[in-house]
Amino acid sequence: MKLTVQDLNSHYGPAHILFDIGFEVGEGEVVALLGRNGAGKSTTFRSIVGLVAQRTGRIMFEGRDVSARPTHEIVRDGLGYVPEERRIFTDLTVEENLEVGRQPKRPNAPHWTRDKLFALFPNLGEMKNRPGGRMSGGEQQMLTIARTLMGNPSLVLLDEPSEGLSPKIVEQMVEAILTMKKEGVSIVVSEQNLHFARLISDRAYIIERGRICFGGTMAELDARPDIRDAHLSL
Amino acid sequence: MAFYVVQFLTGLASAASLFLVASGLSIIFGVTRIVNFAHGAFYMIGAYIAFTLTERLSGTFGFWGGIVMAALAVAVIGVIVEMVLLRRIYHAPELFQLLATFGLTLMVEDLVVLIWGPDDLVGRRAPGFRGAIDFFGQHIPSYDLFLIALSPVVLGVLWLLFQRTRWGVLVRAATQDRDMVAALGVNQKWLFTSVFAVGVFLAAVGGALQIPRDAVHHAMDLRIIVEVFVVVVIGGLGSIIGAFVAAVLVSELNAFGILIFPKISIILVFLVMAAVLIVRPWGLFGKPEAPARKTPGLTVNPWRPLTSNERLAALAALIVAATLPLFAGNYALTVGSEIAIFVIFAVSLHFLMSVGGLASFGHAAYFGLGAYGVAFLAKMAGLPMIVCLLLGPLLGCMGAAVFGFFAVQLSGVYFAMLTLAFAQIVWSIAFQWVSVTGGDNGILGVWPEKWAASPSNFYWLSLGVAALVTIALRAMVFSPFGYALRGTRDSALRSEAVGINVKRMQWTAFVIAGTTAGIGGALFAYLKGSVFPDNLGISLSVDALVMVLLGGVETVSGGVIGAIVYKALNIWLISQTDLSKLVLGGFIVLIVVVFPKGIVGMLEMLAQRRGKASPPGSPLLAKPIESAE
Repeated sequence: MKLTVQDLNSHYGPAHILFDIGFEVGEGEVVALLGRNGAGKSTTFRSIVGLVAQRTGRIMFEGRDVSARPTHEIVRDGLGYVPEERRIFTDLTVEENLEVGRQPKRPNAPHWTRDKLFALFPNLGEMKNRPGGRMSGGEQQMLTIARTLMGNPSLVLLDEPSEGLSPKIVEQMVEAILTMKKEGVSIVVSEQNLHFARLISDRAYIIERGRICFGGTMAELDARPDIRDAHLSL
Repeated sequence: MAFYVVQFLTGLASAASLFLVASGLSIIFGVTRIVNFAHGAFYMIGAYIAFTLTERLSGTFGFWGGIVMAALAVAVIGVIVEMVLLRRIYHAPELFQLLATFGLTLMVEDLVVLIWGPDDLVGRRAPGFRGAIDFFGQHIPSYDLFLIALSPVVLGVLWLLFQRTRWGVLVRAATQDRDMVAALGVNQKWLFTSVFAVGVFLAAVGGALQIPRDAVHHAMDLRIIVEVFVVVVIGGLGSIIGAFVAAVLVSELNAFGILIFPKISIILVFLVMAAVLIVRPWGLFGKPEAPARKTPGLTVNPWRPLTSNERLAALAALIVAATLPLFAGNYALTVGSEIAIFVIFAVSLHFLMSVGGLASFGHAAYFGLGAYGVAFLAKMAGLPMIVCLLLGPLLGCMGAAVFGFFAVQLSGVYFAMLTLAFAQIVWSIAFQWVSVTGGDNGILGVWPEKWAASPSNFYWLSLGVAALVTIALRAMVFSPFGYALRGTRDSALRSEAVGINVKRMQWTAFVIAGTTAGIGGALFAYLKGSVFPDNLGISLSVDALVMVLLGGVETVSGGVIGAIVYKALNIWLISQTDLSKLVLGGFIVLIVVVFPKGIVGMLEMLAQRRGKASPPGSPLLAKPIESAE
């Protein structure tokens, strides 16, 4: 397994947010984490990369438990994270944003260069010197993914990549994610949008109120319309 | 004409050091969000070490090598400070960081006297720049010309460093979003340490380069830090270009202010700073900031009025305090009165900070205005003491009403800086308007009337007023006004949404706090029998901040305890040791690191832990609470 999460519990101050979260991601797999707003998708991702301080449980990445390690070490081991809010450095240019994400080559992951990323996201190549703050939402979303790929991750946590994007950009996003998959990057993508998830994912988990309540292939999910309707708003 | 040109060049030369120190402070603040009060101390150590090295090492190379080596040595000291102290408090509220670095400053002030002695040290002239250049009959020291040329060079080097290196890109990214930089695999710890080292290095160079111009002495730190604060606020915190422009502006204002407006020369820069802050709160070259990090943790330990048992305990404590004159001598009673007065001062600031969420860096202004109010009424109008005590604080009230109106338009660090600027304006008026205030000589002979003259009577008076003020402010915390004010503190936006006029609430709180401080100042004038500009000076404002934070800003009664402990310790240390600043500074640093919730906060936590298991993790040190998803 590429990534195994077991019994993950997270707190914000006195509030208990995640309850015994567990899921797995295989090598080269694209796994969707589906759930409504506030279900705990982002907190799950933030907990995995260590941005939520109060967390317990086991997070095995490439066979090693990373749950006790600081964020930057987890990321340097090849676990990339693309936050939902994008968090582009607005004062930095596109190229500088990419520079912040740059990490050395990794033997077990595809190597991304600026040129390769500009081929993947052609829009970015046309605005290399534009400050991140003066880009559209779709362009920022591409930049935030490209920035994480500059770290040559072997697995990427993609937090709601389609949120707030126009259908045309969403199409481009699907293409990009499929390219990443083809290159050999394992991906966990959190989504509210089942259609989007279906286009890219091999398997799916459903999270509701901080608990995993379904796990299976996309076909298995389609066979259970009751679960789908109960936990996902369409 | 030539004279003005020379004056202009002198201003530019002074700007060099100011720019070096200010850019260092700005860089450090940009990334770590720490307002490094100790920056002036690093500047001073730089000057002292450079003095020693340039005395020992001979020749041209010895001089310049000595300056560089001194700056590097100070940078190493800075790295040690960062790793040992600051790393522990990055997630603490801003003010704690300020308090810790202030503690460091105190320690350094004593340490340099211990190592280099109390006398001014006059250093070597710079080899190659000993002479002066004749300019239409006016002399310009060639060292000044060197300094004038140096600042643009430093500016250029810094620009290249930040724009053209990976380190610079990472630093700029971290200035905007530290967590995201970590989430991209960058080790923040070392980034912070390196930024701190660069900032401290710049401060030390600034200090070292002063040797040929000025004597090295142990009060250099406070003098520069105030000017540097002004510079970074005018230029915009975090902006290096801004630091450069503002350093030149401030230095020229100083150079020409003396010529054109000799009467208000000191105020001039603060007037400019206040004007800039009002028109462009984020400074000339700064960027409007995202809402400042809130002080978290209050949800964990909600405030409540005292239980009846606790009320009895407080009453008992008051009664015990009231029996002091039965067994204590006059000295102890005078000390007791002073402590009671500082309780008034501290609770007033505590009210503003903990209930209003407004950290004023210039609260002494209103304390001092109260004192001057009494002095004017008693000496000039000859009014009786009771009337003076009642009317004197009104001067503090008026000052707070005027300044507070402008100050509450801002928030966070900028609010703090504007209050500091206003306090400096008031101080400058008191200092320079000699015909009315007596200037540095103050106003003497403000003695209490016979009924309050004996130490025990005056002690009871101070204690009584302190108790009344504390009870009144406490009652206000749990009144509808207090609830609304706490609402504005926790979320200005939501308060607006439920119909609370945020600015008016904050203004009201500011005026209440200022008036209360004025009451303390009024009593203080009678206690000391005199009023001096120091009564509204920066060090007194900082004292008040220390008292509040020491007691615990997240508690309701922190101000009282903080004032008693700090003032008692302060007076006792001065009587016990020549190194009182060293001990006090060490104590402050220790408190911040070990008991970040203050004394009262710590006691409450202990009591809670005894009652039930503590919640996971310290809420204060946890990252800000974000919406869960």
